[in-house]
Amino acid sequence: MSTIFLIVGRSLRQHLLSTCVTSIAVGLACGLLMAVFAVQTQTYEAMTAGATRFDAVLGARGSPLQLVLNAVFHLDVSPGNLPWKMYMAIKNDPHVAKAIPYAVGDNYRGFRIVATTPELFSYKSVGKNFELEPGGRFFDPNKREAVVGSFVADKTGLKVGSVFNAYHGIVFEEKMKHPGQFTVVGILKPTNTPADRAIWTPLDSFYRLSGHILRGAGTNYVAKAGEAIPDEYKEVSAVMIKFKSPQIGMLYDQMINRQGKVATLAWPIEKVMADFFNKIGWFHNILTILAYVIAVVASGAILAGIYNSMNERRREFAILRALGAHRFNIFTVIIMEACVIAANGVLIGFVVYTIVLSVASAILRAGTGVVIEVFRFHPVFIFAPIGIVFLGSLAGIIPAIKAYQSPVAENLVPQS
Amino acid sequence: METILEIKGLRKSFVNYEGQKIPTVDIQQFNLYKKEQVAIEGLSGSGKTTFLNLVAGILRPDEGQIFFEKEDVAILSESRRDLWRAQNIGYVFQTFNLLQGYSALENVILGMAFGKGIHKDFALALLKRVNLAKHIHSKPRQMSIGQQQRVAVARALANKPKLVLADEPTGNLDRTHARETISLIQEVCAENGAALLLVSHDHGVLGKLKRVIKMSDVNRAGLPVEAERENNPVKAGA
Repeated sequence: MSTIFLIVGRSLRQHLLSTCVTSIAVGLACGLLMAVFAVQTQTYEAMTAGATRFDAVLGARGSPLQLVLNAVFHLDVSPGNLPWKMYMAIKNDPHVAKAIPYAVGDNYRGFRIVATTPELFSYKSVGKNFELEPGGRFFDPNKREAVVGSFVADKTGLKVGSVFNAYHGIVFEEKMKHPGQFTVVGILKPTNTPADRAIWTPLDSFYRLSGHILRGAGTNYVAKAGEAIPDEYKEVSAVMIKFKSPQIGMLYDQMINRQGKVATLAWPIEKVMADFFNKIGWFHNILTILAYVIAVVASGAILAGIYNSMNERRREFAILRALGAHRFNIFTVIIMEACVIAANGVLIGFVVYTIVLSVASAILRAGTGVVIEVFRFHPVFIFAPIGIVFLGSLAGIIPAIKAYQSPVAENLVPQS
Repeated sequence: METILEIKGLRKSFVNYEGQKIPTVDIQQFNLYKKEQVAIEGLSGSGKTTFLNLVAGILRPDEGQIFFEKEDVAILSESRRDLWRAQNIGYVFQTFNLLQGYSALENVILGMAFGKGIHKDFALALLKRVNLAKHIHSKPRQMSIGQQQRVAVARALANKPKLVLADEPTGNLDRTHARETISLIQEVCAENGAALLLVSHDHGVLGKLKRVIKMSDVNRAGLPVEAERENNPVKAGA
């Protein structure tokens, strides 16, 4: 066997450029294949189950997906507002474990400002407790303070003690600046959820921002300094809900979505996102097919690379045969060469995978706050390399048969 | 003396471009004894190389028997012939046929790899014997023609063969190197107890061997047709 390895090693070295180019092509295919599957799986898991611990989002009448994207992922626009009394009715329902109001509509340098209650931080809203970086605290609901998500802090440089102005709308425009500054009192530790991409402020300060008009009672109301805001004027953009049991969710679904006309209940959040993923499943399928096609093309490259070298190697094989090498030895050499090229490609594939996933992770984190782990195990790490090496070996069969059938006596004579 | 090689009624033909069967080798009887060194003299195209390829089992005869130590190797399957060749035959080619991507040592090692196994020390000893101790890691292209032929001689003896076949081993060498090489082949064959069957048309070489046979005396196949075959190569079935 050591002889076979010697011959294979020498041959690959003699055709180094071809070996490298083919290995890189195989590596790209393998890396992309693994990346497509890993990104798909992790994104699906993160966006259907990992982003929040709440069961449902209640919002203005509209699309449940829009509600979830807006309230959970801080994407898309809010479909509208709900009156405070609706929030209170749900909050006071003994079948509801937790109801937390969100008011949205402002941003700071493109990052959403979400006004809420301090309850959010004491509840495991993102599957675990919110934790603060050292030196910080959660906001006082009666002051114009802010707690900043880790990603926002990274990107904007906000730190404890920083002050900033809110800007109206979800797109950052200088002219939309609200007077009145927020003071940063805490920076959240990374949660690897969309919460990292938000700035959290008290509801009261949101209502009192200059330019905000409350229409909860059907008439316009502008909050006055030093005066409490009557509940009937207050509005919320969404209510994050945790039911005590799934049956309650069904009841609410029946009551709000089928019988009611004012609000929409996006429930369960996982299903809303799963439906969304199913709708865009074709995109994943295209990527998968593309990766498979690249793998097949890479195998073709192995075939072409080895096949093209066969003419110049006929004499080498004839000499080996004259030295006593069996036809099967020659066949094995070619198959092994194809295997080694494919195996090299697999190693390169892991590098490609790491690069692709690091880039994808950064893009996804910047866009949604969801973090995908580059080094998290996925079965594709097993079946893709095995599949690629198998395909590579298959690609070696045609040139191997050609070498196998090559006559000895004719090819011992130097070819001019 | 004990016979190592006995050939009976050996025939080999090739088919030319016109589909005609052209006899190339037709030898009724040929014997070679153990440790004997025999030269076959013949002109270019007289079927010498085909004869050696038949003896080496590289070509399968159309008819006849090739007894090697009483075993008819002509009827062996191809895989058995490969193994038999790897274990019993050393072959020195006119064009050396060294593997270009491999060092001198690796070339010699490949000469033993398919037969009795790799013995690096023996390979090194052989290279030392042919005065190439300083060139074991040199590639063929880094060596002179004479050095390359010495590597080929060392490789032919690497599997401790019982029979060494040499096909015009000095054909590419000048007279001085030719004499040295033929002496070397004779010496190392004698030292290793191998019989030698050498074909050449060089009288300087032929004069160094005790027994010289004319190809035309043993091969009944027509010379002119064979010469034509070499001028117009045809496919040979291995």
